Amino acid sequence: MLAKRIIACLDVRHGCVVKGVRFEGLADAGRPAVLAARYNEEGIDELVILDVTATLEGRQALAATIREVASRLFIPLAVGGGIRSEADAAAALDAGADKVSLNSAALADPTLLTTLAARYGSQAVIVAIDAKRTDRRFAVFARSGTTPSGRDAVEWAREAADRGAGEILLTSIDRDGTRSGFDCELTAAVSSAVSIPVIASGGAGRFEHFLDVFTAGRADAALAASIFHFSEHAVADLKSYLHDRGVPMRVTC
Amino acid sequence: MIALIDYGAGNLTSVRKALAAIEAPVFTPPDPAALANVEGIIVPGVGHFGATAAIDARWRAALLDRVAGGVPLLGICLGLQYLFDGSDEAPGEPGLGLLPGRVTLLPPTLKVPHVGWNTVQTRRPSRMLEGIATGTSFYFTHSYAAPVTADCVAETTHSAPFAAIVERGHVFGAQFHPEKSSDAGLQLLRNFVSVVAAGRAAPAGSAGRDRQ
Repeated sequence: MLAKRIIACLDVRHGCVVKGVRFEGLADAGRPAVLAARYNEEGIDELVILDVTATLEGRQALAATIREVASRLFIPLAVGGGIRSEADAAAALDAGADKVSLNSAALADPTLLTTLAARYGSQAVIVAIDAKRTDRRFAVFARSGTTPSGRDAVEWAREAADRGAGEILLTSIDRDGTRSGFDCELTAAVSSAVSIPVIASGGAGRFEHFLDVFTAGRADAALAASIFHFSEHAVADLKSYLHDRGVPMRVTC
Repeated sequence: MIALIDYGAGNLTSVRKALAAIEAPVFTPPDPAALANVEGIIVPGVGHFGATAAIDARWRAALLDRVAGGVPLLGICLGLQYLFDGSDEAPGEPGLGLLPGRVTLLPPTLKVPHVGWNTVQTRRPSRMLEGIATGTSFYFTHSYAAPVTADCVAETTHSAPFAAIVERGHVFGAQFHPEKSSDAGLQLLRNFVSVVAAGRAAPAGSAGRDRQ
């Protein structure tokens, strides 16, 4: 049976892993390659390197960091933040990323998803959607959650999938960094609307939150950062917790 | 030396890094003539079956000639699918026809594409499965899949069973990405490299002895 994936996110700034609360107040949390190696040993299923400040500061994803991580780890590696063009995507993939995650750039020019899918395959193209509850829907924000895009998350997810995105990285801005649990309602709404996998992100604080998002939230994968970074909970403990409760997990020796 | 065929279907960086990690000597042949003295061939690939159209008549002839000459071949993902007669994904594009059968779309009972780690069940012993227990997980990402036939040595189920690993003589294939499947994936690549090394040790002309 296909396992639900546990994905560790390394929010990287200037070559160091940081983790913000609601995208602000970044605090150092270690070197990317060191953390990546630890997670791999603990049985992490996938890694995401997110250059958190790239879009705002106009920087490209950190090729050196990607290269260092990808030369030692043989699990899927996605890179996001600052991927604005076909050339940016090519640089990340050439450095060793398997997937690139597009957010603001895809909102600005949705055809970029199609272009990249045609060149690298849909499996290499993730659309990252940052959504926030407004009135009775989920509004999509661009530029690290600072700029309303005017789009609805469910509609944008459908369009992005049609245009060639192979996976959706769905972040709840309301929950990000709060450790109060994933937004299961948002995740289920998007996951039910598309056939491509949905990675839930934002709000992981306890093991139960993962159980909730894999059941009520219908997520195919769940991503977290701070819950793993400070050794509060081992990846292995989380996976055995979920396995014991009937969630299909990849078992590693 | 193992030839890693680059026909523009996706990015080869990950495959190269994994082969480097197991110290397998590989190169990317610039033209079909460069296949003349290779000891093994890997056909990687991701994406649409139509991308195999980039493997033109000269490349096809060279690949089939080398395989007929006993050179072991490993197809990865789309590369496995290319070993078969063809695919519903691109009905006009023929596969290599080394394995009988046709690649079809996975039934949409579960989410398609099939993305993530799934277990592989052994159907019969294979040189590709040395050191890999039945039930081991590998990383998949695909929508189309090859049928479970006599050439299937390990199968995986996503809505329906499909061929995860195939072996027919010295022709092998993996539907998952061994280069992204951690230790188990590297073990499968090592197994292929061992087959290549065994072929090198065998007397000239005997490499085609495998059951066909």
